[in-house]
Amino acid sequence: MQRRYFVKSGAVALATMGLSPTFLRRMTFGMELPAVQKGKVLVCLFQRGAADALNVVVPFGERAYYQLRPAIAIPAPTSAARSALDLDGFFGLHPSLAPLKPLWDRGLLAPIHAVGSPSNTRSHFDAQDYMESGTPDVKGTTDGWLNRYLAASGTCAECEVSPFRAVAMAPQTPRVLQGSSPTVAMDALDQFAVRTGGDAAARLESLYRTGSPDLVHGSGREMFDAVKMLKSADPQRYQPDNGAEYPRSQFGQRLRQIAQLIKSGVGLEVAFADIGGWDTHVNQGGVQGQLAARLDDFAQSIAAFTTDMGDKMENVVVLTMSEFGRMARQNGNGGTDHGHAGAMFVIGGGVKGKKVYGKWPGLAPEQLFEGRDLALTTDFRTVFSEIATGHLGATKLDTLFPGFKTGPRLGLLG
Amino acid sequence: MQHTRWLAVSIIALAACSGGPRSSVTAAPEMAPPGSGDREQTADQQVAQVLSRLTFGARPGDAEKLRATGVDRWIDEQLHPERIDDAAADRYLASAYLTLGQTPAALEQKYLPPGQLQNQAAARGGLTRADSAKLRESQQGLRQMTMEVQSARVARALMSERQLQEVVTDFWLNHFSVYEAKGPRERYMLGEYENRVIRPNALGKFRTLLGAVAKSEAMLFYLDNWQSQADSARPRLNAAGRAVAAAGRGGRGAIGAGGRGVISPLGTPVAPVAPGQQMAQRPRPGLNENYGRELLELHTLGVDGGYSQQDVINAARALTGWTIRGAQQGGGFNFVPQVHDAGEKVLLGHKLAAGRGIEDGEDVLDIVARQPATAKYIAFKLARRFVSDTPSAALVARAAATFTRTDGDIRETVRTIVTSAEFFARRAYRSKVKSPFEVVVSAARVLGAQPDPTVRMAAMVGQLGQPIYGHQAPNGWPETGDQWMNTGAILNRINFGMTVAAGRLPGASPMGFKDSDILQTATRELQADGVIHALLGGDASVETRAVLISGENPLAKDLPPMGDPPSDPTMQPPAAGRGGRGGRGGGGGVQPLPAIRGLQLVVGLALGSPEFQRR
Repeated sequence: MQRRYFVKSGAVALATMGLSPTFLRRMTFGMELPAVQKGKVLVCLFQRGAADALNVVVPFGERAYYQLRPAIAIPAPTSAARSALDLDGFFGLHPSLAPLKPLWDRGLLAPIHAVGSPSNTRSHFDAQDYMESGTPDVKGTTDGWLNRYLAASGTCAECEVSPFRAVAMAPQTPRVLQGSSPTVAMDALDQFAVRTGGDAAARLESLYRTGSPDLVHGSGREMFDAVKMLKSADPQRYQPDNGAEYPRSQFGQRLRQIAQLIKSGVGLEVAFADIGGWDTHVNQGGVQGQLAARLDDFAQSIAAFTTDMGDKMENVVVLTMSEFGRMARQNGNGGTDHGHAGAMFVIGGGVKGKKVYGKWPGLAPEQLFEGRDLALTTDFRTVFSEIATGHLGATKLDTLFPGFKTGPRLGLLG
Repeated sequence: MQHTRWLAVSIIALAACSGGPRSSVTAAPEMAPPGSGDREQTADQQVAQVLSRLTFGARPGDAEKLRATGVDRWIDEQLHPERIDDAAADRYLASAYLTLGQTPAALEQKYLPPGQLQNQAAARGGLTRADSAKLRESQQGLRQMTMEVQSARVARALMSERQLQEVVTDFWLNHFSVYEAKGPRERYMLGEYENRVIRPNALGKFRTLLGAVAKSEAMLFYLDNWQSQADSARPRLNAAGRAVAAAGRGGRGAIGAGGRGVISPLGTPVAPVAPGQQMAQRPRPGLNENYGRELLELHTLGVDGGYSQQDVINAARALTGWTIRGAQQGGGFNFVPQVHDAGEKVLLGHKLAAGRGIEDGEDVLDIVARQPATAKYIAFKLARRFVSDTPSAALVARAAATFTRTDGDIRETVRTIVTSAEFFARRAYRSKVKSPFEVVVSAARVLGAQPDPTVRMAAMVGQLGQPIYGHQAPNGWPETGDQWMNTGAILNRINFGMTVAAGRLPGASPMGFKDSDILQTATRELQADGVIHALLGGDASVETRAVLISGENPLAKDLPPMGDPPSDPTMQPPAAGRGGRGGRGGGGGVQPLPAIRGLQLVVGLALGSPEFQRR
């Protein structure tokens, strides 16, 4: 009903006031498009800086792994506290990912290994660009694949044009959400408010409620509706459910706010957040240290989110990604340099978990990509495509990933 | 003095009483300037139009000066920035920034790339305490460079008397967009790119500008041409510039992945192991089409400019060997014949003979700069910038004709556009939505702000969604209103207006506008009209005026004391690194602004009004 309120006072009202054609087109675009699966939410999490996949999902069954990384390898599972957490007798999770292990045990967590971009770039910039535009090795793509999804699929008839359909908990709209479909980027939910009280706020609003309707006035009215919608959802009073405790970190707080938005029913469909600090060239550590600390934050935040969401995880998929993996061999600074294939996690009620997906290419010298990196066996677009179609109900894959021929499905979703 | 000011206010009062559909509160009578019979806008609208399109916004007194000079003469003066004294801005910029005037090579020598430091340390057996200190110093230097170019960009836009040159510079920096977080080395290059490549050529010949960009370190690095080499199946040149046979078959994949024995574009062997940041930039031998493609698609012909994939490849082949000299050799553009593809190429029907060197690339630039599609594309983009989001085909055709007739003279092309009937048409007036950069700088200018030597004012541009040198893709920031306007954007703009009115724009007092001292104790109606006059070019809708007038009418004694603007913890410089990625400040809330009232609130409402979002 929150949504209906918005549609009534927002889009429909605006449409009758003779708004500029461009604005109208944007507002009405969704109406003619096929409805998507109601209430489904995708949470995209980007590990910026290239996470070291080989120490995140540890191939402890591979002898070469220990030869390549004498100082930083994660020990094979033992009863000792700080060793890999066994998944399937070959792969294990970094011990800092212990908070995610229950999700694996319940079949809600699916790691994918040796996955990533087919581009051989080892530039953070280019690789993030490609993963977010969804077009590896094509620089000219101006929009992100998630925005193309939003633009191509519309929403269900009642919940369309929710201003919170796509939200990035970030200071600026990330590349993956840039494009023609409107999105909101904010550092924090309480930032989505007019920064002044009482009389001033009311008068600012009347500046936009009166006057000739045009692009600027229309955006203003839409915004004041959105602010009210969020206010009535009362994010200030939010208490996580099921005793979930989010880390105080930026990433933890962002996930907490994504959970708030989902539960407040403002029509969130796609959420985005990122977490930095993965560029571990120097002293990355093993079971403890730099990478372990990043993984602590990462895993505790995601685990708190899934606990908080509880049964609502049925409609939620969390998808994690990083621009590439890191070199198979450790470097001279106790770290790892830029590599090729990496690992992703897919988490959710509809996920066929408790299985490590992707063909394992091996770490023997002749199996390494360009003689140095984990080889790629799964294109990231295969994963994105399965989630876009299977979870969100997207149909126009050729629009999402132009020129991409989907290979065999992984079968991530039930 | 005092008398004149009171006079101005009483005229405002009179104008306000006269009513009418728009509360035009201007002091001068309407009259069309000579020789402008085809202009639909009133004289006052023309002044407002010129100030909002050809400058970054009116400063106190600018409208009066422009009126005294005359619109046409003022435009002609601005089209010749070399004749306008800009010493004050130059002096300020030279004194306020440390890294700005230095060459990329000097900066790179001083602040070695962190990856290189790490490699050196690794080669010696690991990071020592001294290495770590050096690493920190270099990382801080890199942050400083980005902050300085961002801050200086805003400062010059705020201060420069050569406003049209600044607006056109902004246009070209966006047309030839580069990204500060492409890699650490990009940051060494930004100051030089803006100050020596773009600005001096902004109103010159397009071919000269295009050539300067093609040879700039910033663009060579950003679009990877510096590491583009002839594929191994192609003939190359020797050091003396003579063609030699292909090195052998096998293509890119045949080169050892460790990089052993690979010749870098600099002609020196690449280190066998080049880990760290360097790995990302390690030249991988072979053709890189990035620059070749964007040269055609974004910089000259436009995406519909009638070129083929083969043209892209051949442009890239012709530009192989255009690279960057090492910092220790002084940096700068360098042509390396040994990696240049010396085979025959055909570009857009023009044959480039085999066996040549740097002249291949020069010919490519000559050819593309003079294509009719380029004239049309540049004319379209300039008309869209200056006149309307949807400029008429007739205006674009006239501007393209000027471009072609003058061999790509940007000054004359701009002149055709900004003196056109379309520029002075009623429908063009206030039809553009300001970019975030324009919002921030115009607010600072209208309040007579001092430049901010820190990055805080520039960071506000980023917070409004347009971080300076922060556009990742090579297509640059959007130019049309529908792309800048949405729920999040308008909220940020309204909050920005209230932030400024609360005295939180560094260097700016919310009472810095014209006649504010007199208005402090005036009636609410006079205050509203005075603010409309000073901040909104004397033109606001009846509804906006009504909102500005509404509310209590405070006495002067209730006003909060005006002092130096306190620092705002929410407006701290962005964290280091990747253009706002990751590690920026906590997810915590926003500090509430202090309550403002009276005239200060009228200023906040005006800055947050729909009118202020337009130009």
